[in-house]
Amino acid sequence: MIDFDVVSLSRLQFALTALYHFLFVPLTLGLSMILLIMEAVYVMTGREIWRRMTQFWGLLFGINFAMGVATGITMEFQFGTNWAYYSHYVGDIFGAPLAIEGLMAFFLEATFVGLFFFGWQRLSRLAHLVVTGLVALGSSLSALWILIANAWMQNPVGAHFNYRTMRMELASFADVLLNPVAQAKFVHTVAAGYVVGSVFVLAISAWYLLRGRNAALAKRSMAVAASFGLACALSVVVLGDESGYLASANQKMKVAAIEAEWHTEPPPAGFTLFGFPDVKTRTTHMALTVPWLLGLIATRSVDEPVEGIDDLVAQARARIASGIEAHRALQELRSNPQDPVARTRFEAHQADLGYGLLLLRYVRNPADATPQQVSAAAWSTVPDVPVLFWCFRLMVALGLFFIALFAVAFYLSTRHRYEQSRAFLRLALASLPLPWIAAELGWVVAEYGRQPWAIDGVLPTFLGVSTVPAGNVAASLAGFIVFYSALAVVEVYLMVRTIGRGPDGLGYWPVAAAAPPGRAQP
Amino acid sequence: MIDYEALRVIWWLLLGALLIGFAVTDGFDLGVGTIFRFVGRGEAERRALLESVEPVWEGNQVWFILGGGAVFAAWPLLYAASFSNLYLAMFLVLIALILRPVGFSFRNRIADARWRKLWDWALFVGGAVPALLFGVAFGNLFLGVAFHFDALMRPVYSGDFLHLLQPFALLAGLVSLAMLTLHGASYAALKVADPMASRASAAGRAAAIAFVILFVAAGAWVAFGIDGQRIAGGADPLAPSDPLAKVVTVARGAWLGNYRSHALLWLVPAVAVLAAAAAGALLGARRAAAAFVCSAVTQAATILTAGIALYPFLMPSSTNPGQGLTIWDASSSAKTLRIMLVAVIVFLPIVLAYTAWVFRVLRGRITLESLARDDGPY
Repeated sequence: MIDFDVVSLSRLQFALTALYHFLFVPLTLGLSMILLIMEAVYVMTGREIWRRMTQFWGLLFGINFAMGVATGITMEFQFGTNWAYYSHYVGDIFGAPLAIEGLMAFFLEATFVGLFFFGWQRLSRLAHLVVTGLVALGSSLSALWILIANAWMQNPVGAHFNYRTMRMELASFADVLLNPVAQAKFVHTVAAGYVVGSVFVLAISAWYLLRGRNAALAKRSMAVAASFGLACALSVVVLGDESGYLASANQKMKVAAIEAEWHTEPPPAGFTLFGFPDVKTRTTHMALTVPWLLGLIATRSVDEPVEGIDDLVAQARARIASGIEAHRALQELRSNPQDPVARTRFEAHQADLGYGLLLLRYVRNPADATPQQVSAAAWSTVPDVPVLFWCFRLMVALGLFFIALFAVAFYLSTRHRYEQSRAFLRLALASLPLPWIAAELGWVVAEYGRQPWAIDGVLPTFLGVSTVPAGNVAASLAGFIVFYSALAVVEVYLMVRTIGRGPDGLGYWPVAAAAPPGRAQP
Repeated sequence: MIDYEALRVIWWLLLGALLIGFAVTDGFDLGVGTIFRFVGRGEAERRALLESVEPVWEGNQVWFILGGGAVFAAWPLLYAASFSNLYLAMFLVLIALILRPVGFSFRNRIADARWRKLWDWALFVGGAVPALLFGVAFGNLFLGVAFHFDALMRPVYSGDFLHLLQPFALLAGLVSLAMLTLHGASYAALKVADPMASRASAAGRAAAIAFVILFVAAGAWVAFGIDGQRIAGGADPLAPSDPLAKVVTVARGAWLGNYRSHALLWLVPAVAVLAAAAAGALLGARRAAAAFVCSAVTQAATILTAGIALYPFLMPSSTNPGQGLTIWDASSSAKTLRIMLVAVIVFLPIVLAYTAWVFRVLRGRITLESLARDDGPY
């Protein structure tokens, strides 16, 4: 009944298009904020160089923004094309934040971005600054609504199942909006985007300084990136911790997998710094553990246990048994909606309906499942432990590295000593790809770690797909890979070319008379 | 408190309003994308034509994105069934639409004739292909889409890609292409100077004539050539959405049923034809602003004409008519419709206000001289 080729291909296509889209989104978030800061300094001081900085980084922003918009179009429609059952099952709740994102945020961002580029002569300085601010506000608001939608997939609050329509329906919009996971995710993700923008500006400015080009512009850009980046890098890590704390209430399994916590330890649990999780034996080899740390982070206490994978699987098994009851009652209600016994039974078990649906991977009717199949379904709730374990550690290490990088940059900036520290400039340049890696790893931890669920505890991923032929999905996947790769080549080429020409090579501004080092330059 | 039936009708009207917003705004930049290679001769002229839409197309396109989001939120079954059933067609539309942001952003960055020609054609594809395919999609709604629901309530499509390209659907595609070309030409006539404006006017006149002929032909085909559908019973406007509960009858010409029972509605298609003819005539008289208004009316009246014919159907099924989607059985819950309505009432006026402000800031014609205006480095 379920075509697992379609499931695999659809998942692969979603992952690739989402990861690709997420190469451009964080830079849009970060650069729009940095443009706003630079232009604000221009409007306040009236110094021409700050306007040049805004316009130069704006050029790179423009190249990136187009790619973000282009790849975002795919995302808005892919739920319908590839995840039709998902769309039907949760559209009543999930569609609303997506629609409001368009109405409240993307309209704002997209309408004013044209004026950012074409409004320099048509608007007063202050009006143009306001336009830039609205672009930045629009992009961050856009992230807010998308993350409200995403957080609902991680922690589906404010909704119930309606057996008359065979789908989830909204119970409380306020709960969906105020979902604590949404708040933590928003701050974490947006701050991560700001870090991406800051590292981008820092690295390219460092390259100019290493080449002895555009020194006045590069040093000021570095100062902005260093201070903004330091604040944001600290937020990402602190509020990433918040995200872990919340996940322990809603997605204990994800935390257990990230920590490769195979068995519940007596509290407070230790944090496994390093090791090799082994899925077969359900142990972690060569584990290097910091006592107490995980218990403190995840439960904010020394006496609450962090539940291990085996205990969570046992709980899943119990919920599957209850889910079978819910599914049986639902079938009875479908044939006779007035049946009071079936209704009472459904209401008693409906919270576990999603667990019953997990069995559809193995049997046509969950009620016919053998104990082995129930056990397999229970174990299918464990995400890919080694991948999560490593991705999470790499992401955190990068996050800590960015704090150090920005701290040094900030120190050098206050001392006006960039030029003397070529080693730092090289390090800053070499760091250019790292924030993207961290951002993509974060996506993997959050979304691959959500598996096997599309909606945590509600709808298994394999069930959400469309009934399209696998050949069609293979064709679109191949098409996206070819088309997106071509666009990536063009985008990188244009970025590198624009950066290589630099503010001094555009033939637009008069080349400053060999701007000498020093702080007195306007 | 507005009841469920009224909410569903309001959201049907809002869906129409979104489509009209899309056609009136993004429609002109799709149209300009379609004609600028032919109306503009040489780099400077083409650049002027593109610059007439460059600062605004991005905001215009949000009408399309918002359309996707709004259908997801208000008509989840329609969102699920239409995009998955039209899988490969949707993929082509997405690829064509993706060419636009990158085309506009990348084209001018390198002063090389081959580079610009490449992106010019990308922008042509990004304009003409969606303009054609949106009409093809509407044509398929009239023909009915070959789908039904399985036991889990998953929409299952039983046609194939070529099935979507039947003659009537292609005719509907040409209606849409002519309509959006007229709109783009009217906009270009208004926003750029001669000689581009006079060539755009000529293109617009041709598009207006083509539109009137094609639109009337499509209407005759709907009346005499294809089957329409009526709900014969079982649909309850106040009940939870269940597309399996109704009975549907199929009859030749039935899509004109709403017009037959409410004769005043004939005014809508009449306005579409008259406004297009007026737009063509006004372009001939070089009154571009009036022509643009008439062309915008044509967009709205054409979309309403199709919507009224199909009402209350959203996506009829050709293979299992009883399982087709109507506004009574494909909507979100009353609660979601109500909350989304509040969001629209709060935010849409704000959107319209700042969009109007942006167009005001950008007012004035683009001449070959004004291209040298200082918009920063490129």
